[in-house]
Amino acid sequence: MSEDQELVRQGDVDTAPVQIGERRGMFGATKGADTTGYGGLQAPILFPGAAERPYGSYFDAIVDTLAAALDRADNGTAKGSGSSGAAYAAAVERVVVDRGELTLFVRREHLPAVARALRDDPALRFEMCLSVSGVHYPQEAGRELHAVYHLTSLTHGGRRLRLEVTAPEGDAHIPSVVATWPGADWHERETWDMFGIIFDGHPSLTRILMPDDWPGHPQRKDYPLGGIPVEYKGGTVPPPDQRRAYN
Amino acid sequence: MSTHIDHTTYQDREVLEGDDVYAAGEPDAPTFTVSGGDWGDLVDEATALHEERIVVNMGPQHPSTHGVLRLILELDGESVTEARAGIGYLHTGIEKNMEFRTWVQGVTLCTRMDYLTPMFQEAAYCLAIEKLLGITDDIPERATIIRVLMMELTRINSHLVCLGTGGMEMGATTVMTVGFRERERILRVFEAVSGLRMNMAYIRPGGVAQDLPEGALDQIAAIIPELRAGLHELEMLLKENPLLKGRTVGVGYLDLTGCVALGITGPVLRSTGLPHDLRKSNPYCGYETYDFEVITRTGCDAYDRLMIRITEMYESLKIVEQTLERLRRVEGPVMVADKKIAWPAQLAIGSDGQGNSLDHIREIMGTSMEALIHHFKLVTEGFRVPPGQAYAAVESPKGELGVHLVSDGGTRPYRAHFRDPSFNNLQAVAAMCEGGMVADVIVAVASIDPVMGGVDR
Repeated sequence: MSEDQELVRQGDVDTAPVQIGERRGMFGATKGADTTGYGGLQAPILFPGAAERPYGSYFDAIVDTLAAALDRADNGTAKGSGSSGAAYAAAVERVVVDRGELTLFVRREHLPAVARALRDDPALRFEMCLSVSGVHYPQEAGRELHAVYHLTSLTHGGRRLRLEVTAPEGDAHIPSVVATWPGADWHERETWDMFGIIFDGHPSLTRILMPDDWPGHPQRKDYPLGGIPVEYKGGTVPPPDQRRAYN
Repeated sequence: MSTHIDHTTYQDREVLEGDDVYAAGEPDAPTFTVSGGDWGDLVDEATALHEERIVVNMGPQHPSTHGVLRLILELDGESVTEARAGIGYLHTGIEKNMEFRTWVQGVTLCTRMDYLTPMFQEAAYCLAIEKLLGITDDIPERATIIRVLMMELTRINSHLVCLGTGGMEMGATTVMTVGFRERERILRVFEAVSGLRMNMAYIRPGGVAQDLPEGALDQIAAIIPELRAGLHELEMLLKENPLLKGRTVGVGYLDLTGCVALGITGPVLRSTGLPHDLRKSNPYCGYETYDFEVITRTGCDAYDRLMIRITEMYESLKIVEQTLERLRRVEGPVMVADKKIAWPAQLAIGSDGQGNSLDHIREIMGTSMEALIHHFKLVTEGFRVPPGQAYAAVESPKGELGVHLVSDGGTRPYRAHFRDPSFNNLQAVAAMCEGGMVADVIVAVASIDPVMGGVDR
């Protein structure tokens, strides 16, 4: 285990915050002329970057055990590279520790193997996939769609772990984890319904909340909220997405 | 069922306007054709299938499916060979709407998801915001105690409705009337404290909307013995009732393996003997300092889930008593001290029934221009939350209620996702019902206690 740890620790971790978009102006008014004088302001939206060792809490143990488990699984196959830490480095692109929560960014093609290891390794035992939630970052080129998995381990007293997997909008495919966690079935269907992420290998990826023939995926950022203006005492209140707002 | 239709007979006839239709049988009478599309395939398929096979849509409008739940049942005689749940009939796009409102306004939206457990959505949502803001430890103690008090009362409220409607679905009307009678006592407390009986939006980011009104503690203390007596009555009606036991024992069976595989939490999981309760395993709001038991049973069936709910209500009453004792002791604010987050005024219900704070109005309109600006900015623009994501979970009466919030540093949630326990638990319908009788489907679904407002959001 200590060897693995050393290898996993090798290499410089780029801890710079990750830019997921850009904010323009100060008040977010997109309708009508900008009279504030702040319209030219631009500010990057920075998400917490990769974390450095030690991660703290039980997070180090999880990452180390996962690396060892992935290696074992990798060495079992014919194309296994044999070197320790390689399978982990290939699967996990970033480890983020933020606000007391551990997030592993997993490359999508490695998701099934990571999920299987997380569930089956006795020292990990994340038996439950609590939810799959989509997030749409239209400004993050090449990784617009994120699927976020929240796992919990009953065996280890309610440990929590978040997996985040990204896919480009043009190729919105992510392998399904239903084979590992059957409970993810409806959650993946909801994420398909709302974000249009196609979970490959899902037994019946159909819409779940919207009608079967609904066009589009309503929770994407480019999908309008809809609504009609409301007249009240001679004034007109525009629908929420067309009001002047503060972003 | 004789289903053979010789559709080829009609194939080449012309379809005419309705005006030109004459009685069939006349030599030259025009005829409407029923061919076209895949009609022929459907007919062939129906003939090929077993005659006893019936697919029944139970719901979405059905008195015993707990709201607009659609159950698609394939029946062989009275046995269910396949059961599927269809949902989405109450989808209201709350999560999407939250992206267009400030963080504080989101409370008003999420309280409407599972309308029987409003306090839990509010609490989970506010805990997630507080985690994002990094002010979890700054929440005043009194606010946290009030949150626990309100959550536990809500738990009793939700369980009472579950038992009441569940009983009614099995034909026990008295269970329903007793359940709703007892629930009314709790709703009166909610009304006295927040002004509303449901959808209170009482728990806010940073604390609670306002302190308990004068006399609220005495009012709550007074209903506890009444509730206990009512719960006892309910327990006596149900516990050893041979009719009820005949309907529920061994029905809706789902063991630990099934529960874990399907991600089931709450009373359904605890009916398999696993004492998993977030209040103990991942404590929030100071639950680790309260004295209560996690109730488990080992029957894995509808009867045990029902009994667990009854016992849990007694445990909740124990917690409520402890919060009352603490609230008499702990004074202080009920909102975080940071004036960039805290609502500008402690509003109270005035004699005119409106929420107002005359002191505050006097200050912002008469003495302090800055206070007026601050009020205006905070109420219309809202506060900003640093970028990142957080997940907060509470043990709702139905299981783990999780909130995944993403902030882009703005005044509105970038994404809010609610992991509603009913949504997840409804996946167990197939496992619980297939192979059983139609009548048991009702009992099994009632033992999951889904609320469609939460399922569909």
